[in-house]
Amino acid sequence: MLTIATGNKAVAAAVKQVSPEVIAAYPITPQTEIVEQIAEYVTNGELKSQYIPVESEHSAMAACIGASITGARTFTATSSHGLLYMHEMVNWAAGGRLPIVMANVNRALGPGWNIWAEHTDSMQERDTGWLQVYVSTVQEAYDTTLMAFRIAEHNDVLLPVMVNLDGFSLSHINQSLETVDLGDFIPPLRLPHAIDVKNPRGYGPLTGPEDYFKFRWDIERSMRDSVKVVESTEKEFFRRFGRSYGFTDDYQCEDADVVVVSMGTLGKEAEVSIDLLRKEGIKAGSMRIRWLRPFPKLDLKGRDVVVIDRDYSFGYGGILADAVRSKCRADPYSVIAGLGGQEVTYDDIAGFIRGRRPGEESWFGVTPDV
Amino acid sequence: MYEIRIHSRGGQGGVTAAKLLALAAFRDHKYATAFPFYGAERRGAPVVSFVRIDESPIRVYSQIKKPDLIVVLDNSIMDVVDVLHGLRPGGKVLLNGTLPHDMKGFQTLSVDLTTIALRLNLVVAGSPILNTPVIGALAKMGIVSMDSAKSAISEMFSDDRNVKAAEAAFQELVL
Repeated sequence: MLTIATGNKAVAAAVKQVSPEVIAAYPITPQTEIVEQIAEYVTNGELKSQYIPVESEHSAMAACIGASITGARTFTATSSHGLLYMHEMVNWAAGGRLPIVMANVNRALGPGWNIWAEHTDSMQERDTGWLQVYVSTVQEAYDTTLMAFRIAEHNDVLLPVMVNLDGFSLSHINQSLETVDLGDFIPPLRLPHAIDVKNPRGYGPLTGPEDYFKFRWDIERSMRDSVKVVESTEKEFFRRFGRSYGFTDDYQCEDADVVVVSMGTLGKEAEVSIDLLRKEGIKAGSMRIRWLRPFPKLDLKGRDVVVIDRDYSFGYGGILADAVRSKCRADPYSVIAGLGGQEVTYDDIAGFIRGRRPGEESWFGVTPDV
Repeated sequence: MYEIRIHSRGGQGGVTAAKLLALAAFRDHKYATAFPFYGAERRGAPVVSFVRIDESPIRVYSQIKKPDLIVVLDNSIMDVVDVLHGLRPGGKVLLNGTLPHDMKGFQTLSVDLTTIALRLNLVVAGSPILNTPVIGALAKMGIVSMDSAKSAISEMFSDDRNVKAAEAAFQELVL
């Protein structure tokens, strides 16, 4: 069906179709619309889920963990401080090998109190063992949420997946949305280590130095295996529904002398900058990173690279720029832009590319008097 | 790409008007995005929302700086906000009723949306509903087709007075 929807409503529509058995959630701007819409689906009978309105995000993730370990499909959504408040449980979900799907609406962290888009919230969770994907359109938010369940629950993965969408600039924007007839795209969840009352086992016991690292390695092994599962899921999604996205969304990269690397809605806006620069004779391309974990292989050899970070690691640098620098042996021009919803236009991005200074870092909008 | 900025006050329906317009454009088989500027919203405070309409997919997410059309749902906003800010040369303005403001030579159209809403008793929480009649006026201006405008309104609102309000604004707007 074709309609228009916000990014939040698109995520809720996908969740309704996937029909998790348990949804535990706590509202937080700008994510609230997701859990409100899902609550409405449950109330009016369109979605037969156990909906647990918990008292905090820490409890939301704890409830998802408790439900997931029984083999139930589970979902939650959060944002910003909510994500950080559940940080301890976020680690437990991945360590427990629980295929929970969570939508995170990217929002800046306080203080100063700010409700607008930034990626530092989910970046702070990047080492937890969750797969992370960042989307840029309402359609992509819907499609990716569907794919997230299939990927998380695949028995070669069994790791949680976080679907990230930019606060307000995607969560609250209305765009066209084509919903699909899901069919059997997402097979029933079979959790091999689910609680079985007929076969009692212990969960979460003390794990000594002789065993702990093996479990950590097992997470990494599944993370590496997830690459193939992401690929096959995308392929199957394309075969059934005609849309695919990939690990990165590349625009005019083939012959590009300079590539701008970014995530989320800025990556779409960057495509317009590329059109402008191409008209000026500058062979530029845009590479929008979708999957941050597992981190994709990027072909940036022999090109200038500009990385836009909508995040920052204080005392170090842009987090995405760091990944590109170390994983791709590139020496990018690192631009810090869009923090706390800072307005960044395609003209601005074209300016970053024209004025690039490889190896340097620049904070957009910061002048000596700031 | 056609870019529209809608000025209203919180509670008057400017955000919904943007969404209705995008849905109508979409029903015209065009691409559209609608988004408000989110700040500290409260009833009565000036609110801005944006609509982009194009023949191809829209990849721009930043705010509209140089709109083709300004829609003002509450003319009193013009006392506190420069609504003409950034309007492209040759751009148009649609006002809710006439007021003696200097429109700096921009082509300005007006229709009394408030009276239309009150006539049909389209009032919610004491505020006349302006977002459905304004879509009729915008259809008259050719931004969307009237068929799509009506279909968008019916999709979002079951009360058929909303479609009647759009029809009234369509008839009453003089181009």
